[in-house]
Amino acid sequence: MDSFRDKIIPVTSILAGVVVLWYVFAVILNAPFQRDLDTRANETPGTVEFIGKTLSQPKPTLPAPHQVAVNFFENTFLRPINSNRSLVYNAWITLSSTLLGFAFGTALGIVIAVGIVHVATLDRSLMPWIIASQTIPILAVAPMIIVVLAAIGITGLIPKAMISTYLSFFPVTVGMVKGLRSPELMHLDLMHTYNASRAQTFWKLRVPASVPFLFTSMKVAVAASLVGAIVGELPTGAVAGIGAKLLAGAYYSQSIVIWSALVAGSIVAALLVMVVGIAGRLVDRAMGGRTA
Amino acid sequence: MRGPSPAVVSASKLGLTFQTNDGPVQALSNVDLTIGKGEFVSFIGPSGCGKTTLLRVIADLERPTSGAISVNGMTAEQAREKRAYGYVFQAAALFPWRTIERNVALPLEIMGLSRTEQAERIKRTLDLVNLSGFEKKYPWQLSGGMQQRASIARALAFDADLLLMDEPFGALDEIVRDHLNEQLLQLWGRTNKTICFVTHSIPEAVYLSTRIVVMSPRPGRVSDIIESTLPKERPLDIRETPEFLAIAARVRDGLRAGHSYDD
Amino acid sequence: MNRLKPSWQAVLAILLCLIAVALGAIAAPKIDSLAQPVGTLIYPYGAATWLIFGALLLAALISMAKLPPMIEAVVLFIGAHLAAWLLIRGIAGFEGLARAPYFLLLASAWLLGWRCVAVLSGLRPTASWARTALRLIIPAIFGAWILIIWEAVTRGAGIPFILLPPPSAIGVRIANSLPVLGADVRQTIFKAVLFGYVVGSGAGFITAILADRVPFLRRGLLPIGNMVSALPIIGVAPIMVMWFGFDWQSKAAVVIIMTFFPMLVNTVAGLAASGHMERDLMRTYASGYWPTLIKLRLPAAAPFIFNALKINSTLALIGAIVAEFFGTPVVGMGFRISTEVGRMNIDMVWAEIAVAALAGSVFYGVVALVERAVTFWHPSVRGG
Repeated sequence: MDSFRDKIIPVTSILAGVVVLWYVFAVILNAPFQRDLDTRANETPGTVEFIGKTLSQPKPTLPAPHQVAVNFFENTFLRPINSNRSLVYNAWITLSSTLLGFAFGTALGIVIAVGIVHVATLDRSLMPWIIASQTIPILAVAPMIIVVLAAIGITGLIPKAMISTYLSFFPVTVGMVKGLRSPELMHLDLMHTYNASRAQTFWKLRVPASVPFLFTSMKVAVAASLVGAIVGELPTGAVAGIGAKLLAGAYYSQSIVIWSALVAGSIVAALLVMVVGIAGRLVDRAMGGRTA
Repeated sequence: MRGPSPAVVSASKLGLTFQTNDGPVQALSNVDLTIGKGEFVSFIGPSGCGKTTLLRVIADLERPTSGAISVNGMTAEQAREKRAYGYVFQAAALFPWRTIERNVALPLEIMGLSRTEQAERIKRTLDLVNLSGFEKKYPWQLSGGMQQRASIARALAFDADLLLMDEPFGALDEIVRDHLNEQLLQLWGRTNKTICFVTHSIPEAVYLSTRIVVMSPRPGRVSDIIESTLPKERPLDIRETPEFLAIAARVRDGLRAGHSYDD
Repeated sequence: MNRLKPSWQAVLAILLCLIAVALGAIAAPKIDSLAQPVGTLIYPYGAATWLIFGALLLAALISMAKLPPMIEAVVLFIGAHLAAWLLIRGIAGFEGLARAPYFLLLASAWLLGWRCVAVLSGLRPTASWARTALRLIIPAIFGAWILIIWEAVTRGAGIPFILLPPPSAIGVRIANSLPVLGADVRQTIFKAVLFGYVVGSGAGFITAILADRVPFLRRGLLPIGNMVSALPIIGVAPIMVMWFGFDWQSKAAVVIIMTFFPMLVNTVAGLAASGHMERDLMRTYASGYWPTLIKLRLPAAAPFIFNALKINSTLALIGAIVAEFFGTPVVGMGFRISTEVGRMNIDMVWAEIAVAALAGSVFYGVVALVERAVTFWHPSVRGG
């Protein structure tokens, strides 16, 4: 009951406010063009009719929420899934490279983190670069990776997945290093009194302690991974994928298409983060964590 | 209840019930208490007996759910708005981004005192707690005892007549604690302030107080009030005198009596 | 026997060296270079071959003697880098002709470099300047080796220029196109990024204060803000280009949207970060909303706010560059990257990426420096 009052009501009312504002702005932003059209057609519509027209332009400056919803619905549920106009199809293309890249990125991130925690040389030489590389706009490399790999004959899933890998391994590495180092000195000393080997300390203490950190950084990583896959679809004029939809929409000024592609991307992102979050909670519960 | 001096704090039939997920918890029940001017009153009892809650009610940090409380003849809220008391917490709670002198200046800034007035009071109160020369240090550069002294200086800086102290020396080691107890007594003697002092150490309560309020839990209530017969001048070795030990024994008895209740 | 303390890196380095000697020439001579008179510098390696072997073996052997670690590190440093430098210098004119010994020697030099870093990592100097120096030198050597291996492998193996140009070529390209790079930086960073960053972060901050005053707003905005920060916001770029045109304004709009939510979420979290005791303290002073905000809650929130500022410094750059992929005037870093990729001028793309990396690091560094100055009191800063 408390979460209903404290969370759901405020969130829904703010979302409702956003929708209302959206309509208002749709009318305001689309009005000049509509006025132009009317003057040319020598029409003088009444206010209500005029507002109705601003909300039903084929290529509006800002499409009304219902236009986006209709387009999204048509392209998601009414088209065959293998049609390249289907959003499900396009989302799947992007999702597949996201997931591949995310899996590789997470694995790579964990391996590097384990290395950094256990090899002092790596800690002192590699870690500063990992941190510094977070300050670099890595996404700028995306077009080059795509084009260069295309030049040597690698196209499709792999290049996009590489960008996703690249974007997702940084947060995992940083989070995992933090997690593997999170056991308190007292616990480490305890393992020391048992004369535990490094491997035993690793599996019995460091790994369990790092799990919450791992899932937190995986949430960031999966979101970054999706962004990587979408941006990876931009430079080559990829034929399918959410990024390709965005690019095509921009090219033909089909604002409704852009918006519904954005909605699709957001839904995929929210689902991905949610799945990682749920997985994290399940693992946490299996490990005897408090249900929070 | 007590003597000719006017009441600084008076509580009658005070009760406070917290609503928690496990149902209501009665933190205070039927507390009657009057504290006169210039008294040093300790509240002692096991954890959960409501001693901190009582202090927080006096400070208007909690609202009682029944009964009445007055501080300096006003409601607790009015007293807080008039800045009638200084409060010392369990931890020093100094702001790490301010130097010691800026920390002491904090309440003075909020009350809108002039710069010169602030400087004068900072100097005086830091002298009082023997922290002169540490004005420009940051809290984290000082030891725990010095931090707690700085937080006492902060509570003294605006010259309120009432000092509320919530286990201020609880986190310190015994040697530092003895030293600060001695200094606190001297300070009390010099300033003639009224002090309410929460503790769970029997020797500390007996050594410091003119009156000891023994409290017991479930529901939090006053189970005994013990007048101290010790003189106002108290060297540390007074703690070995039979008189001191007798009072301590009475306090211990009071605590045990309150405790056996829930066995 | 206990005069020696062999390390596996040094032993392996010697082994690789010996195999390299056994295999013969480092690189195949070029057909036309055979026509050159013997003794000119153009002949592949020649005497330098023995210098390389000598440097590597000597450094490896000396490092195994019981020496003070500092001397061992210096010897290894000189040996490894001399050999690497000779290898790279020698391959000039013979790109793509390297044979197995070339790579074995490179690996051997790299192992010595690694040993050098390992020795340095083991040092625990007492002077603070020495610790600082070590903290810089160790990653610097590591970074240098990435460049060395990149340079040596691309040139030794003759990797096609369009696939991966060697760092030296990228450096030359940067030096030769400073005006173009400067114009791109001006367009992308000084117009779009800075404007968007300031406005977006500022708006996020003000909204957070507003949400703090109105609990209803906070309870509604926080879950939304948390969710939005996971969304691919970068996708609004084409819409912003449609609304605000091709010039920097549309990129600034993307940056504003991208930087708004991290600032909002972090500031709200930061405003909740001040301790109970401290807030009670302010209450005993009967302090009002604004004095408490300014004297207690904002300072306590500063680490969170700076965290957002740091996140935003990277996001802003990414937003502006990617937004330029959707259309720009003929200047800007994202524009340059996408067009030069199309023309297969990969060295120019790398040059632009290097500049972007530098700009990103400087931007981040400035924010981090300000953070250190403002939140000097925070344990994470105090502790070093």
